[in-house]
Amino acid sequence: MIPERIKEKFGFGVLLAATLVVVIPVLFIIWLIISKGWSALSWNFLFTMPREGMREGGIFPAIVGTLYLVFVSIAFALPIGVMAALYLNEYAKDNVLTRTINLAIVNLAGVSSVVFGLFGLSLFVVFLKFGVSIISGALTLGIMTLPVIITTTREALRAVPRSYREVSFSLGATRWQTIRHSVLPSAVPGILTGAILSVGRVAGETAPILFTVAAFYLPRLPHSPLDQAMALPYHLYIISTQIPNVPENYRYGTAFVLVGLVLVMNIAAVLLRAKFRRKK
Amino acid sequence: MKVRFEVRDLAVAYGKVPGLKGLTLDIYENEILSIIGPSNSGKTSFLRTLNRMNDLEPQARTTGTVLLDGRDIFRDMNPEALRKRVGMIFALPLPLPLSVYDNVAYGPRMSGVRKKSELDRLVETGLRAAYLWDEVKDRLDCSGQKLSGGQQQRLCIARTLALQPDVILFDEPCSGLDPISTAKVEESMTELKKDHTIVLVTNNTKQAARVGTRTAFFLMGDMVEIGPTETIFTAPKNPRTEDYIVGRFG
Repeated sequence: MIPERIKEKFGFGVLLAATLVVVIPVLFIIWLIISKGWSALSWNFLFTMPREGMREGGIFPAIVGTLYLVFVSIAFALPIGVMAALYLNEYAKDNVLTRTINLAIVNLAGVSSVVFGLFGLSLFVVFLKFGVSIISGALTLGIMTLPVIITTTREALRAVPRSYREVSFSLGATRWQTIRHSVLPSAVPGILTGAILSVGRVAGETAPILFTVAAFYLPRLPHSPLDQAMALPYHLYIISTQIPNVPENYRYGTAFVLVGLVLVMNIAAVLLRAKFRRKK
Repeated sequence: MKVRFEVRDLAVAYGKVPGLKGLTLDIYENEILSIIGPSNSGKTSFLRTLNRMNDLEPQARTTGTVLLDGRDIFRDMNPEALRKRVGMIFALPLPLPLSVYDNVAYGPRMSGVRKKSELDRLVETGLRAAYLWDEVKDRLDCSGQKLSGGQQQRLCIARTLALQPDVILFDEPCSGLDPISTAKVEESMTELKKDHTIVLVTNNTKQAARVGTRTAFFLMGDMVEIGPTETIFTAPKNPRTEDYIVGRFG
């Protein structure tokens, strides 16, 4: 017989080990990109054009391209995703159509990102004639992230107590007034969580932008949303695999900037969310 | 006495489960009609029909007619307009996550009142009528959810009064309150009777005896008996009413 106290300690140890398995890669990644990429960071690296076949100079156009893609795709996906979630949660009756839509959303979340890239190529680039452009890439990324936004928004709406809706209706408010004044204000922090998750994914994905927007080498800033653009993840892929003799700290420096950019945008969104929570 | 609500053959069913099986009664102006009865007796179903809150239950099916001052509430009125005239106080105090002021101003704002002076007037009148003004007049910007339980329930009463309704439905309004807060709510009910019609659903038979002008006893979706409160509590016609009041079942 093993004493209960030993079993307890063993169980605790196993659970702690599992948690460490999760944390170690995160720490390792951070350590890796900081230790190998820190030396690349400089004003020149962040704010100048690449030179000498991207072996020298900076990554400015890739940073700008990624910022463009994040803002345009979130500006497209957030309102549509929130509106769809509002419809599904507040208006839709439980019928065949609703269940079909739910199934479609779950499936959309499961589609691999390279398939989204192909879809964006055929719909936006070719069929709608947007060409290889920021608008095509951002719309592709936006559609990819819609399921995340819809799902987190619905969770946020479900978490709003039913009583808020009842009280609002009992005071003579219409359904839209109830949503606008009683439901949405309480759901905003949860909706912003969805937006935060989406920013990270949109900034980091390579496959969906491969055929829709990403330029291999474009040592200038994009002129309009219909222009091509460089983007950080694709740039990282190129200098890591396609171009020989790129200094190591350039590669890790690019990764550092990508992770740092997402972090800064997330912190901004978290602060915004905290402001909404305080207002309650 | 003028009739406010005329209820004729009202039946409500939730899917196949009957909630209310054919109810006919009148509710008069300036009275407190108390409705007592065990759970599943149809009291709350009846209350939620009078302001069409049952419309929100996808399962609910309602038949029969209800007239408010002669107008059919299902055919002649839209639910929003009806709910502005027939206010409701819920079992638990449910302030919205807004300031005291915004809670009370919610109803008038939803019906399109924009003018600050008019809103100020409605908020003050509502809070005064609910006996809350003196306690909160210096912290109208404070969150309504930070008030004590009894204050929250009076805030909910003020919020309903700001719509200047003709009828107020109370759905077990004191079930979560201590005796002192309960007394305050009952006091305001008695005061409100002067200008309003009140329908009170309560699990507390003593409360019905204290405040009710008339009392109705519901059981399993039927109204067993209705009459002046003294009669119901001293000489009920139906033995089941007496059994319930003295606590032999329910």
